[in-house]
Amino acid sequence: MNWEFVLHQATSGLANGAIYASVALALVMIYTATEHINFAQGEMAMFSCYIAWQLIDWGLPYWVAFFCTIAISFAGGVAIERVILKRFHNAPVLAVIIVFIGLLVIFNSIAGWIWSTVLKQFPSPFVDIFPTTKLVGPHQLGVVLTILIILTGLYLFFRFTPLGLAMRAAAQNPVSARLVGVRVNWMLALGWGLAAAVGAVAGMMVAPIVFLDPNLMAGILLYGFASALLGGISNPGGAVLGGFILGLLENGIIVVENLVGVTVFGNELKLTVALIVVIAVLIFKPSGLFGKVRVKRV
Amino acid sequence: MAGIDKNLRWAGIVLLLAILLPFIPGVSDYRIFQLTLVLVYAIALLGLNVLTGYNGQFSLGHGAFYAVGAYVAAIMMDKWGMPYYATVPAAAVVCLVVGFLFGLPALRLEGHYLALATFALALAVPQMLKHKSIEYWTGGVQGIVIIKPDPPFGLPLSQDQWLYLFTLFVLAILFLCAWNLLRGRTGRALVAIRDHHMAADTMGINTALYKSLTFGVSAMYTGVAGALGAIAIQFVAPDSFTILLSISLLVGVVIGGLASIPGAIFGALFIVYTPNIASDISKAAPWAIYGIFLIVFMYLMPTGIWGGLRKLAAMIRARRNAS
Amino acid sequence: MSALRLMGGLAAALVLAASPALAQKKYDPGASDTEIKIGHSIPYSGPASAYGTIGKAIASYFKKVNDEGGINGRKVNFISHDDGYSPPRTVEVVRQLVEQEQVLFVFNTLGTPTNTAIQKYLNAKKVPQLFVATGASKWGKPKEFPWTMGWQPDYATEGALYAKYILENIPDAKIGLLYQNDDFGKDYVEGVKRGLGEKNMSKLVASVSFEVTDPTIDSQIIQLKGAGANVFINTATPKAAAQAIRKAAEIDWKPTHFLTNVSSNIQTVLIPAGPENAKGIITADYRKDASDPQWANDKGVADWRAWMAKYNPDANVADQNYVYGYAVAQTLEGVLRAAGDNLTRANVMKEAASIKDLQLPMLLPGIKISTGPNDFYPIEAVQLAKFTGKTWELFGKVIESRPE
Repeated sequence: MNWEFVLHQATSGLANGAIYASVALALVMIYTATEHINFAQGEMAMFSCYIAWQLIDWGLPYWVAFFCTIAISFAGGVAIERVILKRFHNAPVLAVIIVFIGLLVIFNSIAGWIWSTVLKQFPSPFVDIFPTTKLVGPHQLGVVLTILIILTGLYLFFRFTPLGLAMRAAAQNPVSARLVGVRVNWMLALGWGLAAAVGAVAGMMVAPIVFLDPNLMAGILLYGFASALLGGISNPGGAVLGGFILGLLENGIIVVENLVGVTVFGNELKLTVALIVVIAVLIFKPSGLFGKVRVKRV
Repeated sequence: MAGIDKNLRWAGIVLLLAILLPFIPGVSDYRIFQLTLVLVYAIALLGLNVLTGYNGQFSLGHGAFYAVGAYVAAIMMDKWGMPYYATVPAAAVVCLVVGFLFGLPALRLEGHYLALATFALALAVPQMLKHKSIEYWTGGVQGIVIIKPDPPFGLPLSQDQWLYLFTLFVLAILFLCAWNLLRGRTGRALVAIRDHHMAADTMGINTALYKSLTFGVSAMYTGVAGALGAIAIQFVAPDSFTILLSISLLVGVVIGGLASIPGAIFGALFIVYTPNIASDISKAAPWAIYGIFLIVFMYLMPTGIWGGLRKLAAMIRARRNAS
Repeated sequence: MSALRLMGGLAAALVLAASPALAQKKYDPGASDTEIKIGHSIPYSGPASAYGTIGKAIASYFKKVNDEGGINGRKVNFISHDDGYSPPRTVEVVRQLVEQEQVLFVFNTLGTPTNTAIQKYLNAKKVPQLFVATGASKWGKPKEFPWTMGWQPDYATEGALYAKYILENIPDAKIGLLYQNDDFGKDYVEGVKRGLGEKNMSKLVASVSFEVTDPTIDSQIIQLKGAGANVFINTATPKAAAQAIRKAAEIDWKPTHFLTNVSSNIQTVLIPAGPENAKGIITADYRKDASDPQWANDKGVADWRAWMAKYNPDANVADQNYVYGYAVAQTLEGVLRAAGDNLTRANVMKEAASIKDLQLPMLLPGIKISTGPNDFYPIEAVQLAKFTGKTWELFGKVIESRPE
């Protein structure tokens, strides 16, 4: 048995899982705040990433650009809610989904238009902080750390701050929330802002690994979506675990086939198989592996 | 029943106009071909509408059924030398079965979970079409080129005119079937399941059976559209059926109008013509224009074009009654 | 007198017959005394929209030609439509170009599946499908498809070339191949296998595919290393190619690395991947990389830069598509100039099939374009080059790469 091979596949699976997890977190954020899954979340993150790239290109130090981008993304998210989504509060769910698709194509197109579609290198701040090992790059370690920080932040925010509680209330039961004095509209806008900010961090974590271009998130969004559902869409911790599980699962298929010596699925179908597994899990555990079962009221 | 008669009469007039359309002087073969595509997408959208509009099940993966229908037609024509008209019922049966089978597990999934499952389907089908084990039939990544049918009995029509009429004929039958199905008991059951799942259950509607059957019928319609589309385009390849196809079908259904049969036609017009309009406006960022179209349409007509038209008609009627 | 007049008349007739400039003007739809209409389709929208810059490059090249007086006094009207890289839409827009907009011919339409979808239609209509933007090897079959012609060297031949080079120079080669799971990637697989031949097939120890939607290809690189490969043929598109170069270095895998010329751009692939990681990579190219310092004083590149500055001021000069579009448009310009006033579809095709040793300023020195009635492959030569960390160092002779 080639242990080095297995080990490398495992760490690469975890590294990919970290990417999925970071996007999944942004999806959990928007879902918790609005009860919608924003299909444009990935493209918004990509756009934020270009803003960061531009700031760095203009000469700002990395961490200044990093926090500026988060602030700009937060404002952008709030603006999108207040300008566009506000008009769809009473629209059917599918109309809102079409609006998300509209946002997705707009961000994708505008990014290519402004910054051109050629590949750009995006710097990693962790290269000088963490040591380089053969198994895991310094950036990958940094990504995991960043995810843990966001995760803790979200947990504390939703669990212990009145604002977090109000946000959850506004999403789950807007009418009652309004009755007890929660400003529902602003809660939604705040949710959009926070999701955009988390997305921006996700983008800046992903881009150094996969390189920056307008299709940065095209493939990753599906993985993030699957991870979030697998872990339980309303549970940030679950979503992160879901990401790691998905990453390991995908590479696991390759490892198993390699050890057995038979290729049935191979690289072509590993995603398909991984998704089938995720869906099978969801059929038997509809609230995800770590989600809370919510009882429906009739 | 007077309302139904009136509806039928309107449908008859529209159909007659549609039959005459290719014979108007100045309507080129290219325009007729484009309209054939509109009819093809209208059939696909009607299928998706049965599922999403009437039954409330959400699909991001109907491009997969469209692809299956297209490949059934292409393989039958290319490998077995079957005539094009025989491929349409075959595509219907295959997609009915595939859709029903997919609907069985999908029964237990709702909302976002169903979205993920169907999304996965849309992604997996082109992947499987490329797989080497079935490359002999599917042509792998290269796809299959097929020959466009000539009009039968030596009719003095161009290939495009004939294919348009043939597609229109299939569409008329399928629309009539859907209309019959949806206004009766079945239609009410579907809507009941959509609106009050548990209540429908307790009323004795076999929700599980209805839901999987709906998936099957929906896939069947979309598969027929796929077959007709393949014949019109004369080519199938995995690249024709990416996730973007599924997304544009969903866009078409919602923009056309959910839970409405004429909505399918408006949705089809939208998905055939707006991408061209968008890229005529801006070559630099055509998707940005397209995205703006989507958002503006949804803002002005949240219930789709058909919903918007009905609202407009109601407003005019109300004003007339008031005065 | 009368005999003299007769002779004079004869002489005049001879002069008339001998001078094509005075020959009668002949036009098919899309050509006139003032205009030549050319049709084009490319993805300006969607995931493949990165290629859209080729369309912009061609359009601005013909803008320059028009500003300088056009071709034989005629303005070029370049009509380009978005097909989103979707074959059904390509059929739709190309029919629009031919039937509504009445173009003289269709030029440089992009993509293998998209071109396959329109090939039968255009050949049935006898409309030239000139210099298509794809490296599949199936575009040069004048017997089957007399109205279709490719342009660039084909992928399969490039793959075969790497294989042959490996057989000659690396005796103990264990080859690992990375390819994209579509028509583009499969062409390379076929080419590499052809180049190796049956008896050397065992040297191909792993061939591993990836999907365009795969976020990373780290797993694939680990598989190739795990299979014990000491030669790496990397036929990935730019994003995956750059990831592959970096990942190989990260896991300390140091094979002899061959890279497809689709991804050989210094500025947009090798620098993002880390120039130190890319050192020693071998490619076989036919274009000049405008971002390569060795061409800093080259006349052809200088002209190209001047054109970029004047006609594409907002463009990214690192985008190699602008070199491609410039060069392919120049090839067409040559064909149209040669066609003179005989602007029929048949004559355009005939002129396209009689190019002799055309040397374009943005192609590598020694790489010439030639076609003939039985040779529908315009560029059939490449030049090997090794990356030094800064520049592509050309080595060896120009290699014929005629498809088999």
